[in-house]
Amino acid sequence: MPQSAAAQVPLIALEGVGKWYGAYHALKNINLTVKKGEKIVLCGPSGSGKSTLIRCINHLEETQEGNITVEGTTLSDSSRSIDAVRREVGMVFQSFNLFPHKTIMENCTLAPMRVKGVSKAEAEATARKYLERVRILDQADKYPAQLSGGQQQRAAIARALCMEPKAMLFDEPTSALDPEMVKEVLDTMIGLARDGMTMICVTHEMGFARQVADRVVFMASGEIIEEGPPETFFSNPQHQRTRTFLGEILAHH
Amino acid sequence: MSYSLDFSVVVARLPELLLACLATIGLSLAGMSLATVIGVLGVIARRSRFRLLRGLVIGFVELIRNTPFLVQIFFIFFALPQLGLRLNPTVTAIIALGLNGGAYAIEIIRGGVDAIPKGQVEAGLALGLHRAQIFRHIILKPALRTVYPSLTSQFVMLTLTTSVCTSIAAYELTSVAQKIEADTFRSFEVYFSITILYLIISSLMMGIFALISRFSFNYPVK
Repeated sequence: MPQSAAAQVPLIALEGVGKWYGAYHALKNINLTVKKGEKIVLCGPSGSGKSTLIRCINHLEETQEGNITVEGTTLSDSSRSIDAVRREVGMVFQSFNLFPHKTIMENCTLAPMRVKGVSKAEAEATARKYLERVRILDQADKYPAQLSGGQQQRAAIARALCMEPKAMLFDEPTSALDPEMVKEVLDTMIGLARDGMTMICVTHEMGFARQVADRVVFMASGEIIEEGPPETFFSNPQHQRTRTFLGEILAHH
Repeated sequence: MSYSLDFSVVVARLPELLLACLATIGLSLAGMSLATVIGVLGVIARRSRFRLLRGLVIGFVELIRNTPFLVQIFFIFFALPQLGLRLNPTVTAIIALGLNGGAYAIEIIRGGVDAIPKGQVEAGLALGLHRAQIFRHIILKPALRTVYPSLTSQFVMLTLTTSVCTSIAAYELTSVAQKIEADTFRSFEVYFSITILYLIISSLMMGIFALISRFSFNYPVK
């Protein structure tokens, strides 16, 4: 396939995705395609389903309707499809979720060694590369509890990158951080975006959205209400709910 | 009181008692090892997708925890030979201690596993690890660390329970003491002495547990 054609095929595609928690309709007819290299910022009020949506992409949550396709693999209940998708997609969590009993280096090498079967030496070389990139190579031999929140989140980003994913999902990566540490994590994410990583970020950092996003997607009550490039999204929102949300969130910035 | 204390018989047979202490420690360590293996495997089975397996573990735990240890060891030693399985006293003791300790270990370790934050499992899944790998590499160590104090106090209990193995004439401290008492009729001196020896053995065990903890669970937590 020629390069130009490959670029047109979406890396991630959600078609008519629906999800229920019991009787609660958490996601309603979600359609979203993300092309290779695209950066999407997902925002919306709490409980709008944005975290649920990205957690469906790597099957941390099951869906009941529609299709999710990542790099040509359509998610089903088969463990093979789930494994294939998780190999291509990295995830960064609000609460870091580093493994407390492993050093930062061991956090980074565990999955490459156990999932991809690479040697320890190779896994450590890869880990050093990405720890350097998030600027915490000097912390490699420490345990998570010995790092600041910002450093922990950067370590978690490096850990995900060590699997060399094609796309990264960020689930409110700066929400659990003290204000003075937000910037170092956002800078890391901006760097990643500049290097061409495909990203879906759930975040309230509208400055980041303006700077990095190709598209901002606004969700409320489990639905995508509107989406658009940041310029038009922020200056000329189409829906009342979007305007209300932006009014509330931008008042604080 | 006309009884006059005479510890010379105990002193004279101290080598026998000390050797028996080693036997007690050996039984304890073997029992604990088996209990740990049963505890971990039991927790894995308890979390299995297969209902039958989960049910078997629950049944096993209830059976062991709601019947006396003495009856359990008698069952293995006296009842199983009727079915053709004849084990010597030491092997019987280790199996009985391991099964009994294992049932309690399952419940203790399960508590530790349940206390692991869900995010740890999700991080493992997102990285592409499978359930077994997540249990082995992500959950097990922090879970054991969480329950270590309860688990080790259960193991001190197991150490003391070795004295019940006297009932099947297993070679250990209490059975040797009984023999010395029968030879000398110095009940007070003999049982006073082994009381002290059990105290020392328990302290020794706790020392070993503390050492293991220092080397195995030395990572900092907030």
